[in-house]
Amino acid sequence: MSPVRYRLAERLDRKFLTPGVKVLIAIFGIGMAFGLYRFFFGLGALTNLNDQYPLGLWIGVDVASGVALAGGGFTTAALIHIFYRGRYEVIGRPAHLTAMLGYTFVSIGLIFDLGRWYNIWHPAIPSMWNFNSALFEVGACVMLYLSVLYIEFIPVVAERFIGKAPKVIDGILRFLDKIIDKVMWFFLILGVVLSCLHQSSLGTLMVIAPHKIHPLWYTQILPLLFLLSAIAVGFPMVIFESIIASKGLGRKLEMDVLTPLARMISPLLGVYFLIKIIDLTIRESWGYVLEGSLQSNMFLIEFGLGVVLPLLMLASEKVRRTPKWLFTASALYIFFGVLLNRVNVFFIAYQPQYSLKQYIPSLGEFMVTIGLISALILLYRAFVTIFPILPAHGKKA
Amino acid sequence: MDLTRRGFLKFTAAAGTAGLATASKNARASAHKRSVNPEWLGVLVDTTVCIGCRKCEWACRDFNKLPNEPIENFEDKSVFESMRRPDANTYTVVNQYENPDNPEKPYHVKVQCMHCNDAACVSACIVGAFTKDERTGAVVYDAWKCIGCRYCMAACPFQVPAYEYENALTPQVRKCTFCFENLNKYRKQPACVQICPVETMIFGKRSELIKIAHDRIRKYPDRYVDHVYGEHELGGTSWLYLSGKPMWEMDMKEFDEKPIPAYTETIQHSLFKNFIPPLALFMGLGSLMWIFKRQETLESSEGKGGEA
Repeated sequence: MSPVRYRLAERLDRKFLTPGVKVLIAIFGIGMAFGLYRFFFGLGALTNLNDQYPLGLWIGVDVASGVALAGGGFTTAALIHIFYRGRYEVIGRPAHLTAMLGYTFVSIGLIFDLGRWYNIWHPAIPSMWNFNSALFEVGACVMLYLSVLYIEFIPVVAERFIGKAPKVIDGILRFLDKIIDKVMWFFLILGVVLSCLHQSSLGTLMVIAPHKIHPLWYTQILPLLFLLSAIAVGFPMVIFESIIASKGLGRKLEMDVLTPLARMISPLLGVYFLIKIIDLTIRESWGYVLEGSLQSNMFLIEFGLGVVLPLLMLASEKVRRTPKWLFTASALYIFFGVLLNRVNVFFIAYQPQYSLKQYIPSLGEFMVTIGLISALILLYRAFVTIFPILPAHGKKA
Repeated sequence: MDLTRRGFLKFTAAAGTAGLATASKNARASAHKRSVNPEWLGVLVDTTVCIGCRKCEWACRDFNKLPNEPIENFEDKSVFESMRRPDANTYTVVNQYENPDNPEKPYHVKVQCMHCNDAACVSACIVGAFTKDERTGAVVYDAWKCIGCRYCMAACPFQVPAYEYENALTPQVRKCTFCFENLNKYRKQPACVQICPVETMIFGKRSELIKIAHDRIRKYPDRYVDHVYGEHELGGTSWLYLSGKPMWEMDMKEFDEKPIPAYTETIQHSLFKNFIPPLALFMGLGSLMWIFKRQETLESSEGKGGEA
């Protein structure tokens, strides 16, 4: 991945089966038990989805938020490899791994939600392509991007196993590594392009329901807002993860990288904030903010706690330098500014005219989502143990 | 990583040529317009004629092999106490509404798929499982293609498609089929129209039904509001309604003429117009990469020590 040949990253030198890991495995197991139930008894048996509310927690969190929060991959890749900011290279691999696993879990999460999950490959068949469908565009780009992410991971695998694997595999790895080195630029740019395309198209999805989406969220520029918020959430996500990983795995905090990274959030988040303000003003939708409904309250939480507050916080250099505050600001934007925004757009704002039965996610839906997130963390933990991902400290080789 | 100028230029040139080739091939795109075939079939529902006998509900179930009951059971009027909607085992329902002019004779609105001219489900479906049949104008569903994402249900402005949530293995999106088997083979009226004892519904070419509807309004201006619901709504629908009071006072939504696909497809097609925007983004990023890399190389050759 990098032109630099000194050791950028190292493997986590720690026992895998810690008590924390065991807890995660248990949660994952419970989640999957619920999940399996759905495959044998149908979506209706596990979820509270109904004819009026066809999209729920899994689409809002596992898929839409998953895609947005895995956006740290493409923003970091752009920063390091397109804008050539070498100092950030240490965060490149963790961000890339998060994106790779994140998108993998988006696909797995989708399998739980799809009624005919075994047809998940259908969008890859040319005779079924529907170029009018925003969902097709999202699906196609996500599939391609996921492949790109795995291709971009080859150098890490090569670095880990060249000289340590059986001869045949060693040969293949050397061969792949050599080719990848020549064409990596192509995949790096492609990854960023594909990300911009599907992050925005994810916003186009609900534009198809102009009569159902609450006016606080319904706008023709939803795709632009989705793209901008995904770009802005990249670095907070990297910071959030890096601080958790450092604390949780007993490693040094990377504040020398995270603080300058944090300085770039404000302008990105600021653009999103401005466009959102302008959009609400043009559509004369401010009146809805104080209507006191579930929707208006959710909007206040999303925008106030998730966008305005972190924007104000990150304007202060003190916040950017203090791990605790930087972590808080990042988490606020991630959970309230982006995750809650996706949940809002996909089912809180969704107000169909006929709603015979309201939708509140069931315990089973929550358990599957929590189980999948646990699995994601477990895999992350396994990958950083197996592969050199986390920043190496003073080990130039 | 090895970004050579030659490699990048080569790729750019190849991509540019490909882009131009597709550009010249389909110069149309952009402006959203879908043609309406005058031969398309439709049904005109006169909500002032319907007596709410619900025989159409029985006939629909019978023809489409949905769970059914003896036809006498459909005489039960208590179902009118609350609004009903179609579901996975019910493709059509009749609802009752007050008639302000004559409380003795309430209005009845039969609800089913409207078979839109420019349908949201057709545009939305990721695998094209919904199609607007070119010959008949029916919106038909192909369960074999369907992946079960239910985006069509979110997209449908009439909230018609329902889902077999209880089916674990082969759930389908379910909605009125326009009795497609009959329609397609024999251009024959759907089961509901056939059974109706009071001729609430007229089956025929949509273009002719619109004329009939306006004729009726002209002849009986006291009986009808001057509006054929479905003529222009969301680009028009194959099913049309005549009513004694506005349809939006009878649980049908008031819509403008803009078809639902126009909302998303204009965005979608301008973002992908001849694939130029994505290619431009690719080239732009590539150029930036090249510029920044060059800058970095120059700086490090000046002895600044390269990577941070």
